[in-house]
Amino acid sequence: MPATAEALLRVRDLRTWFLTDAGPVRAVDGVSFDLHAGETLGIVGESGSGKSVCAKSIMRLLDEPARIVGGSIAFRGRDLARLSEDEIRDVRGREIAMVFQDPMTSLNPVLRIAKQLVEAMTAHGRFAASVARERAVSLLRRMGVPAPERAVQSYPHQYSGGMRQRVMLAMGMSNEPALLIADEPTTALDVTIQAQILELLRTLNEELGTAVVLISHDLGVIANICSRVLVMYAGEIVEEGSPGELLSDPRHPYTWALLNAAPRLDSEAHDRRLVTIEGQPPDPRAWPEGCRFRARCPFAIEKCGEHPELLPIEAHRATRCWVTQQGGALHRPDRVPAAAAEPRQATAEPLLDVRGVTKHFSLPRDGLFAPVRVLRAVDGVDLTVERGETVGLVGESGCGKSTLARLVTRLHRPTAGRIMFAGQDITHATQAEIRPLRRRMQMIFQDPYASLNPRMSVGEILAGPLKLHGIVDSDAAARKRIGELLDIVNLPARSTQRFPHEFSGGQRQRISIARALAVRPDLVVADEPVSALDVNIQAQIINLMVDLQERFGLTYLFIAHDLAVVRHVCDRIVVLYLGKVMETARADALFSNPLHPYTQTLVAAAPVPDPRMERSRRHVPLSGEPPSPISPPSGCRFRTRCPKAQPICAEQEPELLPDSRGGAVACHFAEVG
Amino acid sequence: MSEIVLPAVATSRQRWMRRYGLPAFGAGVIVLWIVLAVFAPWITPYDPNFVDVAARLQPPSWAHWMGTDTLGRDVLTRVVFGARISLSVGFAVVLIGAAFGTLLGAVAAYVAGWAEEGLMRLTDLVFCFPPIILAMAIAAALGIGTVNTCIAMLVVWWPKFARLARSLVLTQRNLEYVEAAQSIGFGPAHILLRQIIPNAVGPLVVLVTLDLGNAILVFAGLSFLGLGTVPPTAEWGAMVGEGRQLVQQWWVATFAGLAILTVVMGFNFIGDGLRDWLDPHARNR
Repeated sequence: MPATAEALLRVRDLRTWFLTDAGPVRAVDGVSFDLHAGETLGIVGESGSGKSVCAKSIMRLLDEPARIVGGSIAFRGRDLARLSEDEIRDVRGREIAMVFQDPMTSLNPVLRIAKQLVEAMTAHGRFAASVARERAVSLLRRMGVPAPERAVQSYPHQYSGGMRQRVMLAMGMSNEPALLIADEPTTALDVTIQAQILELLRTLNEELGTAVVLISHDLGVIANICSRVLVMYAGEIVEEGSPGELLSDPRHPYTWALLNAAPRLDSEAHDRRLVTIEGQPPDPRAWPEGCRFRARCPFAIEKCGEHPELLPIEAHRATRCWVTQQGGALHRPDRVPAAAAEPRQATAEPLLDVRGVTKHFSLPRDGLFAPVRVLRAVDGVDLTVERGETVGLVGESGCGKSTLARLVTRLHRPTAGRIMFAGQDITHATQAEIRPLRRRMQMIFQDPYASLNPRMSVGEILAGPLKLHGIVDSDAAARKRIGELLDIVNLPARSTQRFPHEFSGGQRQRISIARALAVRPDLVVADEPVSALDVNIQAQIINLMVDLQERFGLTYLFIAHDLAVVRHVCDRIVVLYLGKVMETARADALFSNPLHPYTQTLVAAAPVPDPRMERSRRHVPLSGEPPSPISPPSGCRFRTRCPKAQPICAEQEPELLPDSRGGAVACHFAEVG
Repeated sequence: MSEIVLPAVATSRQRWMRRYGLPAFGAGVIVLWIVLAVFAPWITPYDPNFVDVAARLQPPSWAHWMGTDTLGRDVLTRVVFGARISLSVGFAVVLIGAAFGTLLGAVAAYVAGWAEEGLMRLTDLVFCFPPIILAMAIAAALGIGTVNTCIAMLVVWWPKFARLARSLVLTQRNLEYVEAAQSIGFGPAHILLRQIIPNAVGPLVVLVTLDLGNAILVFAGLSFLGLGTVPPTAEWGAMVGEGRQLVQQWWVATFAGLAILTVVMGFNFIGDGLRDWLDPHARNR
């Protein structure tokens, strides 16, 4: 970073507070940083750390009751914090553009894409309508949208999430802004699409010289493209540095905790437990005196009672920590050495045995005489889960993993195939027949906000399954069992009287787990149980699930799109693509030696929070998006995106054949030993 | 750090008044009417049906605050007694209609398939007729009387609740807590009645409140046309009907009309307030 160059953006002591009836919420509380032209700056932090509010403050896109109550945002000789509404509108879109997390809601659903792009360009009077139209096509082509001439005539709903994010980027870049702010641009996308979008962001920055502020909760994403990283906690910047230094040698305990809590694809540790920090972030209405991280900090010293300043410690590095400012070091976390895994005795019969299960959903016809369309969500899948095992199901969205979870728990009725649970055929069992078995298989859901009935107290939620299955015979016994359950998931006993909205995401997921465990199940099907949670909370929930498995001998069917999480917790992994199994293997074998080209690209696309690792990793480019499960490709379903595809792949569907690692793979060209 | 000066914001009391001032006023009016209706025999000076032809069509005076009608009955007494009929018919029609319609719509949404098609086309069928005309036809066919009119109104009243309940249940049934309840093993009746409907009840309560005024208005309209209550029952619509040709004796119709106006307005204010209160977007304004 050239120290002499005038900064493009100079934020000084920015304070954005929410002036609520219950007092000011100090979301952003004294943030200062510089951004130079053409630089890529990453901002990391968990939800509530103020990173998004910070970005919105720069754009002045704040809703009531949020106000910028102090500080300045100098941008090209103006103070954005003090511009009038008309003046800031001229800056937005033209000089600073923003891309949001949810590409589904940031485009207007009733306007064609061409119209929205042209409007974005003509609004600032930089382009005439005719020029703008041609530019729209070339911009979409630049963003990697296939057939852009046709694409501009489409409506947003005709596009996938990744394509919409490309359209959003095209719109953002259309006026050649000096700064692009991307707020969690890839969080809602699959890892392969995420890799494509990040690559696109990187080339846009390199070729057009647009400065980028990338906001993310994922250190891997940040490490991938940023040249400098700010870590935010409790409304403040707590550490600043280059990703290489920051991620290999963190100088703030919070960064240290974030790094160690994230499960890693490249980790060698065999222990399933992750390092977590206790507690919750402080209440933004009343930040604690002194260091805001002190209550959760394993390194806290007496001096931490005073509020530390963000001070430089080396060239281009700064930290807000008394310990490291005085030269103290943050030691490696103590990992409990993993107990030697006992070899699991293969029992005579697997707990869950699925053979050729298929689920087709019939869709409404397009017109009166149009043929009936069938969505092949799951198409002939075999799956075996032994007792005490954790089996991971991975794949991109739309691959059928959630449908498969609902088939084995018989929330859906399979179209074909056979499902055996604990020796019983439940393929065609009616809901009444399956009810006694529900006691033995339970589910944990993805969305901690939707999976608990908001009108029921925690006590009622947990009492429901107990009473239904006759596990307790009296109210007193129910209360006792509910107390035990809350204790198992580390929630205070007084939680019974409270309602789900009074809990944080991680606590709600604990309630969900308690509900599943209430009936003492054998099998727990977890559908993306941690994907909606912050890194540290995610680590706490994973640790809890691992503990519970050891304590109660649970068997997990674990569905996730995050490969690092799956690798961490699973014994065996099944990779799904468009309703078919592509590869299955033991977790370590699958990641060290993936045989199927799809698995190889998935592994390569997952970001790793280590820039040096990133550079040395083998990148297998995966172009395009998964085809529609309504009309899957002939032969091998992956062939349209496969780097190894040959004519035979279109003609003949590869069988899932055993390989030398003890797994199985479905590819004509896999080196099956 | 320089001192931060917070911009002035409205106090919570001012905000409350801005948001819930009118609803609170509406609630006050309705509570007043309910109290009057309940204690009518004790607070009115006359019998509502006491005919005194000698004192007919007297203007408002200290003896008769709202004057007397063509048969010399005290208008104030009849207005207060009229509240009993209007409020009870309003509550009965709307609550029974809402319960029936909600159940039907909720079941339709939850079971889906042909049952849903059938039930929803039935609601469309009822919607095809102008409600007041259909209610008039049914009331005329059943014969005049308060209960018969209520039945006629119920026939046209439930479909709007069925439609609303269906759409509310449709949005709820795809949420994960419903799947969670299924995976625990709860049956469809429990899931629908104990889990989904409590979550869908907010907008239904708003519709019920807004609809109470509407039902009272329709009932008064039917009575005005001579289809509601049997004379000499004191009823607001009928009273307006009786006074409609008396231009000089304005008090006969006016006070009954004002009674209808205040009750309908009161319920509408409450309904609007409830809607704002239940809508998180409006709540932050």
